[in-house]
Amino acid sequence: MPLLPSRGPSSFIVLLATAMVAASLGAAPPRDLLDPDTAAHVAGRTSFGATPDLVRRIQTRGLAAWLDEQLRPEASPDAALDARLARLPTLAMTPRTLAETYFIPAQERRRAAAARTGEEAAPIGEPMRMEAPGPERAVVVELATQKLMRATSAERQVEELLVDFWFNHFNVFAGKGPVRLYVHDFERTAIRPHVLGSFRDMLGAVAGSPAMLFYLDNWQSSAPGTRTRRGPMGLNENYARELLELHTLGVEGGYTQQDVVEVARAFTGWTIREPRRGGEAVFDPRRHDTGRKTVLGQALAPGGRDEGERVLDMLARHPATARHLARKLAVRFVSDTPSDALVARVAARFMATGGNLRETTRALLESPEFLAPAARRTKIKTPLEFVTSALRVLDADVRMAGPLAQQLRALGMPPYFAEPPTGYSDQAGAWTNGGALVQRMNVAVALTAGRLRGVGPPRLPEVDGDTAEARAMAMAEALLLRAPSPATMATMARARTPEEMAALLIGSPDFQRR
Amino acid sequence: MHDRRIFVKRGAVALLALGFAPEFLAQAAAAATRRRKVLVVVFQRGAVDGLSMVVPHGDAAYYAARPTIAVPRPGRDAGALDLDGHFGLHPGLAQLHALYRNGSLAVVHACGSPDPTRSHFDAQDYMESGTPGVKRTPDGWLNRLIAQRHDAEHVGAMRAVALSSRLPRILQGAAPTLAMTSVERMRIAGGGATGDAFEAQYAAAADRVLRDTGRETFDAMRTLRGVESRGPATAAGAAYPRSAFGDALRQVARLIKADVGLEVAFAEAGGWDTHVNQGGSTGQLATRLGDLGQAIGAFVADLGAGMQDVVVVTMSEFGRTVAENGTRGTDHGHGNAMLVLGGPVRGGRVYGRWPGLDVASRAEGRDVAVTTDFRDVLADVIATHLGVADLGPVFPGHAWTPGRRLGLV
Repeated sequence: MPLLPSRGPSSFIVLLATAMVAASLGAAPPRDLLDPDTAAHVAGRTSFGATPDLVRRIQTRGLAAWLDEQLRPEASPDAALDARLARLPTLAMTPRTLAETYFIPAQERRRAAAARTGEEAAPIGEPMRMEAPGPERAVVVELATQKLMRATSAERQVEELLVDFWFNHFNVFAGKGPVRLYVHDFERTAIRPHVLGSFRDMLGAVAGSPAMLFYLDNWQSSAPGTRTRRGPMGLNENYARELLELHTLGVEGGYTQQDVVEVARAFTGWTIREPRRGGEAVFDPRRHDTGRKTVLGQALAPGGRDEGERVLDMLARHPATARHLARKLAVRFVSDTPSDALVARVAARFMATGGNLRETTRALLESPEFLAPAARRTKIKTPLEFVTSALRVLDADVRMAGPLAQQLRALGMPPYFAEPPTGYSDQAGAWTNGGALVQRMNVAVALTAGRLRGVGPPRLPEVDGDTAEARAMAMAEALLLRAPSPATMATMARARTPEEMAALLIGSPDFQRR
Repeated sequence: MHDRRIFVKRGAVALLALGFAPEFLAQAAAAATRRRKVLVVVFQRGAVDGLSMVVPHGDAAYYAARPTIAVPRPGRDAGALDLDGHFGLHPGLAQLHALYRNGSLAVVHACGSPDPTRSHFDAQDYMESGTPGVKRTPDGWLNRLIAQRHDAEHVGAMRAVALSSRLPRILQGAAPTLAMTSVERMRIAGGGATGDAFEAQYAAAADRVLRDTGRETFDAMRTLRGVESRGPATAAGAAYPRSAFGDALRQVARLIKADVGLEVAFAEAGGWDTHVNQGGSTGQLATRLGDLGQAIGAFVADLGAGMQDVVVVTMSEFGRTVAENGTRGTDHGHGNAMLVLGGPVRGGRVYGRWPGLDVASRAEGRDVAVTTDFRDVLADVIATHLGVADLGPVFPGHAWTPGRRLGLV
């Protein structure tokens, strides 16, 4: 059903923009009906994968109402998801309980075994891979499972996308030492509550989280010459540098090496009590550097732990931070090469609202650039997006995600196991290469044949039709939500079974973009 | 900016002018050039501490700056393995020491980028783009290198391979390249008909990026078909460590031995960002160095006489602070050591000018000063080993001339 046939795309956008302005002013929401391609685009970019159901819902609700609902997740409980997550016991455990239940006993067993053979046991602190053996594996498997369950079946998809975005922005690596005790707590308490709240709050929660304090080594950073039980300790610059370069100002944000040192001094004493036993973050005044500090040209009033808070205040409201974050969000949601105008507009909303992330996200999702036909299918799906979009459109449940996380590892993107503080790339260059493409085709074949482990059976759409072409077209429209390219169509029509037909669509070039 | 379409067109025209269909030509070229020269680039991501890898044991300032993490002098317990009376290798690098003594390993110390950044991300970007200080360079120098050589001798899907699940910056660009983690994984499940159907889809895609990637992928799979039947995967005596890096080098050796047309390979080893408890002769960094040395040692043993056509170069985005930090680790610094090894290498020597480690000689009073541009080391290998005469396009803006040759190869 072609909507607005007489209008060009630009007037259509103007109409939408007007409708949304009206909605935000409190007027009755107009019937901002979207044509199917626009609705499919919105569905694909505001979720972990468009489904026919989601596209219909967006069309029925209207764009403004849909976005408004998604940007207020607190108003729509998701009991079905909560019930599924409740079956993963480690999710509700504190880091200390995880340590006592899983990691410390395993460590003691290893130590006893090593004592028998005369070797030295690796402490909790050695690098760990997704496929590490032992009961501790349950912790990382349930962690990956909750992520994939949420991505594939949460009703509040925008919230999940934002949790993924912000976790990646503030990446911590589950393979580094006791970080694995704290990752879930980090996502649950430092990231999730703030993704539609205040950036300053999230920045503070991250800075004070044991996961980040350990991952970027700040927990040991001390005033030079500090005496500890383990001997003299001193400054460590790692967190300070990434705070400036990655978390806030951006690499061209105008700070110097001296700023890195001063910021590191301000954060001395931000540490963890018993990190290898799941202990909490604390401020240790004995480690704190009490000397004078100047950050970005401003003197920092002496104040113990508060000095770090003042640095975060300064960084959170800096225009370079607004630009840095706006560009990253635009790359994630709109295009690998967002226009400067869009970045400036989103950054301006960030500044004007004091870093309110709901309003910043709204500015992005309500922008004409987001809806423009030019933005459609410009993003190559990341491995995570590829897998989740296939699972969603085939309505295949995530059960236990160990094997699925292995698949993501082979695709280059194991969840929670990005080693560098930059996290995973959001741009096509990182994800288009031969090995990964073969792997995507193989995931498509395994999934549609019901042979992807850890996943429930796929539900292939009913495809009736008198000819192979008609059935292929019906299959393609149900899974791709638009007509496939002629080559994809032709090969699907020659498939011998519906499963093979679906595999050829999921593995096709058409399905790799969103 | 390079345009892949133009590149491919140019290549195709060259091939047609020779009167061959590309597939036949690829096979003919592979059969004809048994002495194909190969460059293997190893990137140590995270900034390895060059002062632990190649220890300046003759420099008293080294021991003064590192009370708890210095590697002891040669001859002492767990001491460095002496190279030339001033430098020594970390004791975990025994295999590399043997290569130095038989003249096939050279060390270049105090290497690095002219750009002073201490950001991992930027520094890696510059080392991979080959253009320090310039962020807008769209492609990597290893890609531009193979784009320089696109003639009848140098064709096929397997010319440039990264052993990784993501295509690294260094290989991105106009020339076709491949990232893969193993020979075994490069096949389509579900039989030949499914593979053919996928190939038809990608060949006809309007989407240029996916069409090009698809073509490279299916070409590579065709070339790799049958590699496993060509002799044992690893030679007897080649004991690769069971690590991601060890596995990557094992795959590189396998591709070289199978003669699939490999010219450049890229492998990376991570875990070098040792801010805390770095360790000295033993500990965290020693474990990583041990893995590096064992993997390279196994690679050399695996290739045997084949090493006469292979050069391996190691690089890392920057070195670390001369002084240890307050947490028995090191922070981000500047100058670093590069290792160059292989049959053609004039090894058994430490190259470069040592700037010294006293505070006045350090960069910004804290880091090893850079006296050799990393591009000079690479240019030396590329020009001599691979015979690429014009290095302008590989390292644009870098005024390299044969007069600056280090003589590594």
